[in-house]
Amino acid sequence: MVDIPRSEFLQLYYYLLLTRTLEERITALYRQGKIVGGVYTSYGMEAISVGYAYALQTDDIIAPFHRDMGAYLVRGITPGEMVAQYLGKRTGPTKGKDGNVHLGDLKRGIFAFVSHLADNLPVATGAALAFKIRGESRVVATNVGDGGTSRGDFHEALNQASVWKLPVVFFCCNNQYAYSTPLENQMAIADVVDRAKAYAIPGEIVDGNDVAQVYVTAQRAIQRARNGEGPTFIECKTMRVHGHSEHDSAKYVPRELLEEWKEKDPILKAERMLKELKYADEGALHLVQERVDKEIQKAVDFAEKSPMPEGSEALEGVYAENPVEVQA
Amino acid sequence: MTLATTQHEVTYLEAISEALDEEMTRDEQVFLLGEDIGPYGGAFRVTAGFQKKYGAWRVLDTPLSESGFVGAAIGAAMMGMRPVVEMQFADFISCAFDQITEMAAKNHYRWGAAVPLVIRAPYGGGVHGGPFHSACPEAWFFHTPGLKIVAPSTAYDAKGLLKASIRDNNPVIYLEHKFLYRRMKEVLPSEDYIVPIGKAEVKRVGSDISLITYGAMVPLALEAAELLEKEGIDLEVVDLRTLLPLDTEMILESVRKTSKAIVLHEDTKTGGIGAEISALLAEYCFGSLDGPIIRIAAPDTPVPYSPPLEEFFLPKVDDVLTAARQLAAY
Repeated sequence: MVDIPRSEFLQLYYYLLLTRTLEERITALYRQGKIVGGVYTSYGMEAISVGYAYALQTDDIIAPFHRDMGAYLVRGITPGEMVAQYLGKRTGPTKGKDGNVHLGDLKRGIFAFVSHLADNLPVATGAALAFKIRGESRVVATNVGDGGTSRGDFHEALNQASVWKLPVVFFCCNNQYAYSTPLENQMAIADVVDRAKAYAIPGEIVDGNDVAQVYVTAQRAIQRARNGEGPTFIECKTMRVHGHSEHDSAKYVPRELLEEWKEKDPILKAERMLKELKYADEGALHLVQERVDKEIQKAVDFAEKSPMPEGSEALEGVYAENPVEVQA
Repeated sequence: MTLATTQHEVTYLEAISEALDEEMTRDEQVFLLGEDIGPYGGAFRVTAGFQKKYGAWRVLDTPLSESGFVGAAIGAAMMGMRPVVEMQFADFISCAFDQITEMAAKNHYRWGAAVPLVIRAPYGGGVHGGPFHSACPEAWFFHTPGLKIVAPSTAYDAKGLLKASIRDNNPVIYLEHKFLYRRMKEVLPSEDYIVPIGKAEVKRVGSDISLITYGAMVPLALEAAELLEKEGIDLEVVDLRTLLPLDTEMILESVRKTSKAIVLHEDTKTGGIGAEISALLAEYCFGSLDGPIIRIAAPDTPVPYSPPLEEFFLPKVDDVLTAARQLAAY
């Protein structure tokens, strides 16, 4: 049994529930036709996102990907902003310029990702490089799927992070499928972590559905990075229990595999542990759910009441403004 | 210019080095990264001696990973640094394509994160570099909102535009022409100056025909203008200096004055910068035109290696003379 103080474990549980409940509500809004774009969720993978983000400090940076709702919430993106983002509202972090979890905010230490998977990894190493050059003890955590690890940018990022001994931790959410492509068609190795060996980056495999294990492992790797000992690669084994996006019924995934992973649900697992540790009983857990439900309802109300952008706002913000002395 | 006699001439390449050196001294967030730029000093020696002066972390040798180190520059830029990336040859910029077009160019639009990044790209032909060491990559990026592209033709502009690029809060592709590196030289002001991004310059005032061009085609156009003057044709040479955003105002102003336009570039013809300029002229000053818009550009092939092939490929003074004579008849 892991050694996590009660207050921290309860916070981790709160974020797991917040993530799940928010994504359920977003899925419902999508089915009602209120969300016009794609909905990419982290069902069953919440423990990875919540676990690593919770292990960071306020001035650290995350460079997430599209199964990372929990990390955004831990870093302070509110459920209201998130629903507004999905609805294309002006109050969303991208003011309607981009959809779903394609968002970032430097004030909250979040690099927005692009759809070209693994592109965020070299960028993550760049923030770490800035910290190294300036002698700051800040750390970058980035997350990528199993599919993304096949891209060149993944390998270029790991290589330079190791050569330059940068304060970055690479998480891999190995959810067995990249859209419809199962792991065995993605790579000829059984464990993604083996890819880190080629770059002399220490790697670990954790149960990605065990938030306590992810959190504790992340803490260790983040401390290692902060100490100037270089990058770590952490493969989190999990399963994508929904489709690639909510339009995808994922019929290509064997039913028995889904049944098997249903039992390993990260929220059920966290609840069992909280009870075993005597950190919370059924009633206490229920109170957390009630608090979360209220928050999500408030978020949806806020987002639905928020204004849409004017069409002409499409023209705004292509370029950053410059001080007068460099203007033409 | 009494000062000039006491100062030495600076080549286009030295002007680039000076700009980097002065900006690194002025602002400690400015740092350089690229292949072989450290102890070796870069393939063209632009950063020779820099690592000794500024240390290994501010003059950072990278693995052979264009996408990786451009991505790293983007991340560092978002953390307040001012990275200047050296592409060993502009041709290799294709390896970093989506970091530039998807990440750097779109970040500010999508989520308000400025990316103050400069990518120096030694480009262009005339140096027998063949298909992979001679390309003009501007058109690939010209179609990407969010980027800026500059292409100086003189040592003065090379220095001033590089300083402006480093101080700009946006990603700038800085095209430095290899053919001009040691051929262009002049005495530069001793005080700090910039050449603003987005401003073209009339390099030769003329009244009969406007020739709009940039990069290594500028000296070629000026040479042609001297020859045409003897035939009584007065060519105005507009040096774009910045390709994105184009100085539309100056282009239109010049053509409205002369009523005739030649658009010249070293890059291949189809879909090049010249196509956009021709369209602008047709769209906004059709009524002022007394003759057809003539484009002079390289043919639509890769850049060939063998001297007779490359010579055939590149635009020549004669091409300008022929076009000007043709237009003068209108």
